[in-house]
Amino acid sequence: MNQHLQTLKDLIQQSNAFSEEEKVLLLKAVKNAENDLMISEFKLERTEKVKRTTAILLEETIDELEQKRKTIEVANEALSKSLKELKATQAQLIQSEKMASLGELTAGIAHEIQNPLNFVNNFSEISIELLEEMMEELNNGDSEEVHAIANDVIQNLEKINHHGKRADGIVKGMLLHSRSSSGVKEASEINVLVDEYLRLAYHGLRAKDKAFNASMETHFDTSVDKVNIVPQDIGRVILNLITNAFYAVSEKKKTETDKFQPTVWIETKNKEKAVEISVRDNGNGMPKHVVEKIFQPFFTTKPTGQGTGLGLSLSYDIVKAHGGELKVETEEGKGTEFIILLPLTN
Amino acid sequence: MKILVVDDEKDVKDLFLQRFRKEIRKGEVEFMFAFSGEEALQTLDNIQQEAVLILSDINMPGMSGLELLEKIKKDYLKPPPVVMMITAYGDEENYNTAKRLGADDFLTKPVDFKLLKDKLLNS
Repeated sequence: MNQHLQTLKDLIQQSNAFSEEEKVLLLKAVKNAENDLMISEFKLERTEKVKRTTAILLEETIDELEQKRKTIEVANEALSKSLKELKATQAQLIQSEKMASLGELTAGIAHEIQNPLNFVNNFSEISIELLEEMMEELNNGDSEEVHAIANDVIQNLEKINHHGKRADGIVKGMLLHSRSSSGVKEASEINVLVDEYLRLAYHGLRAKDKAFNASMETHFDTSVDKVNIVPQDIGRVILNLITNAFYAVSEKKKTETDKFQPTVWIETKNKEKAVEISVRDNGNGMPKHVVEKIFQPFFTTKPTGQGTGLGLSLSYDIVKAHGGELKVETEEGKGTEFIILLPLTN
Repeated sequence: MKILVVDDEKDVKDLFLQRFRKEIRKGEVEFMFAFSGEEALQTLDNIQQEAVLILSDINMPGMSGLELLEKIKKDYLKPPPVVMMITAYGDEENYNTAKRLGADDFLTKPVDFKLLKDKLLNS
């Protein structure tokens, strides 16, 4: 029993100041007090225990949280590393897509360079012969013939120069295409750019599939102004659309009768505040579920290994970056038309 | 002898005229030019009755040289023209197709004009 209560109890029992009844009452009160005190002590002890347990739990929780924080930190680091890797991979993919389209072009480029080189060789050989003849005529004193030959030689040298420049332009175009985009916009002749890439795409496809042949119909609007663009980027878009169009008609040709005439139309139009480049084919067209996905990266309808699925997605990004629009209209069985709209001020 | 040269490269005309200038002057050969398969067929229609030797490129936009060859061999029987095919890609496939379609001879680019002259003047 509590010491102070014991003292009270002893005093009450020994005291003569209280009647027996009063003593009973007082001793009962002391006992009750003792009980209440014990309960309070028990409760207090229990609370202390809970407090200790809680403190332990809290400590454990803090540890756990700390561990979690560390895990998240590690995860975060891994994520930002992955992001960096992804970005690098994306850049590589873009480059390999570019190189793949260049690979498709190689045969076309070879053909395009071979022709002017043949002219350079032929016209220079002829010019040597002509000059030898000229010397003979000089000895003969036939000045009229000498003049005629000299004129022919001048004409030939002009042709040699023209075809040399043509080959030069093709090589420059190829280098321009393979280099990482400079990202620098320059005033560019749209009709010249379209024509250049059209030839490359056509010969590239012809070299890959010799049985293939398609009509090309071009309508170049001569009133089209120069447009401020990154030429190798827009060149890639044009090349991609034309290659796709040729692919579409060649696919249709495989299943069609002899009557089918595969044709690709390329048109430029002056739209006053914008320039429109349209690439249309009379291939198989696309069903709705395909059209919806064509601008998504890695989407392709070509057999595995034949397409990266990045061509149209990159084209879309390039046109957007020029403040332009890349639109598509297609009808199953009839054909497809892609339209690039480039604003004059972007 | 009349020779029809079919090629989409316009400068081929000047090239042939200069390469064969002596033969032309002597009247041994006469050249005509067409810059597409379609144009070649038109030219052939205009000179129906004359014998002609056709020298055609294979890789041309629109009607290819092989298609032109097929049409000529099918539609122009009298007199049957001699057709020589020229291509930048001297491969088996084009060679075999041309032979199958009835090409009389086959040349690869760059054209060896000495060889061509021998062939033309002896044909």
